[in-house]
Amino acid sequence: MVEGKKSINFLKAMLYLLPALVLMAIFTFYPLIDTFIISFKEQYDNVTGAYSSIGFENYQRIFSAGNQFVLCLCNTMVIVFASVPVSILLSLLIAVALNSIKPLQRFFQTVFFLPYVTNTIAIGMVFSIVFESHQGLANTIITSLGGSNVNWLGGNIQGVTLGNNLFNPDNALFTPQWFTSMIVLMVYIIWNSLPFKILILLSALQSIDKQYYQAAQIDGTSKFRIFSRITVPLLSPQIFYLLITSFIGAFKEYTSVVAIFGEGAQSVGHRHNMATVVWYIYDKIGSSDATEMGLAAAGAVVLFAIIMFFTAINGYVGKKRVHY
Amino acid sequence: MLLAIIIITAIIIIALLISKLIVTKKEQAFENARRCPENKYYVENADEIIRREKTLKTIRYIVCYTFLVLLAIFMLVPFYWMIVTALKTEAEIELVKPTLFPKVITWSNFRYILDAKYQMSLTTSGKLQFDLFRLMYNTLVVGVFSTIGTLVTTVMAAFAFSRIKFPGREIIFTIFLATMMIPGEMMIIPNYIVVVKYLHGENTYWAMIVPFLISVYYIYLLRQNFRQIPDELYYAAKVDGTSNLKYLFKIMIPIAMPTLITISILKLMGSWNAYVWPMMITSRDDMRLISNGLRQSFTDSEGRSHQGRQMAAAAAVLAPLLIVFVCLRKYIMRGVSRSGIKG
Repeated sequence: MVEGKKSINFLKAMLYLLPALVLMAIFTFYPLIDTFIISFKEQYDNVTGAYSSIGFENYQRIFSAGNQFVLCLCNTMVIVFASVPVSILLSLLIAVALNSIKPLQRFFQTVFFLPYVTNTIAIGMVFSIVFESHQGLANTIITSLGGSNVNWLGGNIQGVTLGNNLFNPDNALFTPQWFTSMIVLMVYIIWNSLPFKILILLSALQSIDKQYYQAAQIDGTSKFRIFSRITVPLLSPQIFYLLITSFIGAFKEYTSVVAIFGEGAQSVGHRHNMATVVWYIYDKIGSSDATEMGLAAAGAVVLFAIIMFFTAINGYVGKKRVHY
Repeated sequence: MLLAIIIITAIIIIALLISKLIVTKKEQAFENARRCPENKYYVENADEIIRREKTLKTIRYIVCYTFLVLLAIFMLVPFYWMIVTALKTEAEIELVKPTLFPKVITWSNFRYILDAKYQMSLTTSGKLQFDLFRLMYNTLVVGVFSTIGTLVTTVMAAFAFSRIKFPGREIIFTIFLATMMIPGEMMIIPNYIVVVKYLHGENTYWAMIVPFLISVYYIYLLRQNFRQIPDELYYAAKVDGTSNLKYLFKIMIPIAMPTLITISILKLMGSWNAYVWPMMITSRDDMRLISNGLRQSFTDSEGRSHQGRQMAAAAAVLAPLLIVFVCLRKYIMRGVSRSGIKG
């Protein structure tokens, strides 16, 4: 520790922190506040900087019926609540299985880590070809098992849509086409998120004291009981950490959607039916109508609020359930 | 076909493991029997127990390995399909019943991606569809400079947070950490306005570098590492009359080298994957980074056709990452796994 006079130390520290503080001020703190302000500026024009008044109009507009944002929010929620539990459960099973084997453990470990060091866009394009409706690998496997071709990504075939759905003004959500496209997206997101989780859980498993297991073995405890009473509680800090980070990550899902469905995020016509909240934000920033920047800001604030809300819930539950 | 080979190999491996297991168990049983030959009852019973345990354990191993092998196949299939598709001819890709292994291996797709002249001769628009080396060059420029800059800011900040005692240290660090929870989308709108409107950063390298010169997560990682260095080392250096800066460069940085290497690799990989920000601030094709170039080269006009070329391009983008992974696996995996263990 650098000892000495407090004021001199403060100056010294500021000198070392200067680059970090300046960059954070310009690219983190100022934008954070400015986004809030922009979201309340009505008819904000980002070219001239002019706006008509301060109010909630942007929020009203994004939540009004027929706005793309509601659809994006639905998609994001589906992604979050389907992909996070599945991937955590799967990675837990894989980590436990990996931990219980001796030969080939390192080989499997490397294989399971491989998706981490890939390019999201490149592999997304691979997935869109694996799930291609005519000659894709997925359909080949399905047809060879006796099924019929599935129109995963919309492709060239006209989208099959089921009558009216109350949820979606433009009839893009919860249709058969939406479901099949969502399955592909889910598979990709899970494929992509497994390596990180497996690695974290495995390294935590390997650091668990063997004595717990030996004690359980002496008592003749069943394998399932060992898993649920020793392994999971001892892993709970890591599971909890993964839960928080993957919740946040799933709420921000964007690149994987663009990678599979292109920048329009659509698998049917021109409906943007696979769009997520972050997609909406970027779409509005890039919009030719300069006044839509306010909508993007409002969308970002809503996303921020949702993430904070879920992180708070996680924190609350974590306090009760996690054993440190 | 290849799937069948993989499955058969897996079965053989499992069978070998099981047989080895059985042999060792049998030896143990004999060992037990040899140790207490007078107690016949015990030996028989032990045999019985061991046999039961053995079958249970074998079943458990079979389930375990089958599960792992299946999931490993799931993990590897995209890579396999990418390479196989890139090696197929256009006609073979268009077959209604696709082949699992190319009948005729063609390198023309890879040549199209890697050889600019060849690509030019095949395009009608008069410009390259996918200029791999230009994209790689852009990405490397952005990646290398942002890595160097990040290392500088990270080392300085981590040093201040771990070695200098100053009022407000914990508060500032907590504020830094809190920003990690905020989604980047909260910052991107004003950043975009500032960089493009006020600083005229459109289509420039610095606009892709400067906003990402700071990473709270890396500061946190390095601070943890610096804190593990005992204070005594610092006092010893002070007694010898070493300055703070010299101490930082001669002692702390060498000790924290593995962490710095990890940070560099992760940062470089990050710019290889950067998509959103570069997309927003570049409008010219020759300024794009590799992910954007890849996405934008294979969408509009040609759609899903030319799958072979798409996959060859994807493979070319992935290859450097995989090479880095193979060479520096230790650093990457350690850096990533460290993030899960909270200090």
